[in-house]
Amino acid sequence: MPTRAIPYLKAVLHLLCLLPMLYLAQQYRNGALANLADPTNYLTHFTGDWALWLLLVDLAITPVRRLNPSLAWLIRLRRMLGLWAFFYATLHLAIYVLLFSGYDLPTAWAGLQAGHLGEPWNQLKLIWPRMLDDVEKRPFIQVGLFAWVLLFALAATSPQRVLRAMGGKNWQRLHRTIYLAGIAAVVHYWWLVKAGVRTPWKVTAVLAVLLLARVVYAAMKRSQKTRTAASTAI
Amino acid sequence: MLLRTEKPIPSSEITPQEVYESFTMTRRRMLSGLGAVGAAAAAAGLPQLALGETPLKFATSNYTVNDRATTPESKAKSYNNFYEFGEQKDDPARNAHKLKTSPWSVQIEGLVKTPQTLDLGKLMALRPIEQRVYRFRCVEAWSMVIPWDGFPLAELIKFVNPLSSAKFVQFISLADRKTEDLPSGISWPYSEGLRMDEAMNPLTLLTFGSYGQTLANQQGAPVRVIIPWKYGFKSAKSIVKIRFVDKMPPTTWNDLNPGEYGFYSNVNPTVDHPRWSQAHERLLNSSGNSLFVKSVPTLPFNGYANEVASMYAGMDLKRNY
Repeated sequence: MPTRAIPYLKAVLHLLCLLPMLYLAQQYRNGALANLADPTNYLTHFTGDWALWLLLVDLAITPVRRLNPSLAWLIRLRRMLGLWAFFYATLHLAIYVLLFSGYDLPTAWAGLQAGHLGEPWNQLKLIWPRMLDDVEKRPFIQVGLFAWVLLFALAATSPQRVLRAMGGKNWQRLHRTIYLAGIAAVVHYWWLVKAGVRTPWKVTAVLAVLLLARVVYAAMKRSQKTRTAASTAI
Repeated sequence: MLLRTEKPIPSSEITPQEVYESFTMTRRRMLSGLGAVGAAAAAAGLPQLALGETPLKFATSNYTVNDRATTPESKAKSYNNFYEFGEQKDDPARNAHKLKTSPWSVQIEGLVKTPQTLDLGKLMALRPIEQRVYRFRCVEAWSMVIPWDGFPLAELIKFVNPLSSAKFVQFISLADRKTEDLPSGISWPYSEGLRMDEAMNPLTLLTFGSYGQTLANQQGAPVRVIIPWKYGFKSAKSIVKIRFVDKMPPTTWNDLNPGEYGFYSNVNPTVDHPRWSQAHERLLNSSGNSLFVKSVPTLPFNGYANEVASMYAGMDLKRNY
């Protein structure tokens, strides 16, 4: 991939990552979303699925790149994919807070329109105990929130300037927690489905392959190192 | 000593062949016609419902929720839990057309004076059908308001005469590997059950239809029970056997995860599901173009405490969830 082509490729990828949002917008406009029995549930799953899928695509970059040196340019797409995963994860969280938790969105909205700027906040305070209860008691919420907090930390430290300020080593150490975020996201999925439901299997298998690829790579590298060390010792 | 005497069906009860045939033919023709409509709808990208419902004759009833709007029919028929036809809420509406509801019969067995197999037509004609608008509360913390058409299960129970040793009623659903995609990890067929007094409660409805139509396949056609004060999974679908037993029968969700789904599973806002609160429910009954789903407090026994709470007097409902 010639270096000059990368910006164009990125532009195309940005558009592709925006497509799920555009799809939602279209479904909103043509009334399909409101026709659903449970639009909240649909939006929650839709954004959660895309957050997880993009996270997996992001995690796939390194193993795929390692297959062949000619794929090294893939690394330049990693940050943007990670940020898009964070974008959908944040939407997912926002839908939980604003639509799922019992937040009275119509009242908050009506308040805003009437000029009571504090109304959204007042409404949030009303359901705050319910959300706190969820965070305290429900493991699937805890692990999901944990994944989002990690992604937030990674997104916040993603600019080049922050990398330089942190130093490469520290930055890399922090950004390796993306594996943890991936695992937490998949666990979140498993803990949320009912017994007997197998839906999370596919993402689990993909994540397992991606993590395994790293383990294999690290093992290969280590044995290579010992071999070179052995040959130089002679 | 118990003498089992099979009462012969009086000839007056037998459906004349031409009536039966014209009914099934009309139904079949309607089905194939509607199938074409469904295909057209699918091609047009519209949500596809399994269209096989025919109008029912029913009387209205006093059991009608009037403080909440009724869930639009299209929503009640496109958002279903029916694992035999898929795990996602929209799977049953897509897949349940494979369910063959005719011919259908229900086997009455176990501790009963006259074990028998009741043909669906005969079962439906047993008592007049009435329409009841019930609150329907899913264990997943969403709810609907749905008109169900049927008659009290008690009427059937009185008709088949259980022995005094019968303490529980078990419902067995159809599990047909040819038409259903039965997920592994669950021991099929689906089984549910009630204590005898719960089964005899006037609220427990043997249900053949909803919204004045025969049940859509994804709702558990052609016959199911509706127990409005319990979480939805207790209301067994597509019933092929009703068994009278002396011990608490095994029930599917309780077997799968006893910590999350009890045998009783009465709607109870004070007993949380281990993974979510049951204090509120998302009421799925909007008919406008709003994306907003209202969250409302969940009522003890789903609002039917007056009718059912006495059955559980003295019981620790936190332990017997």
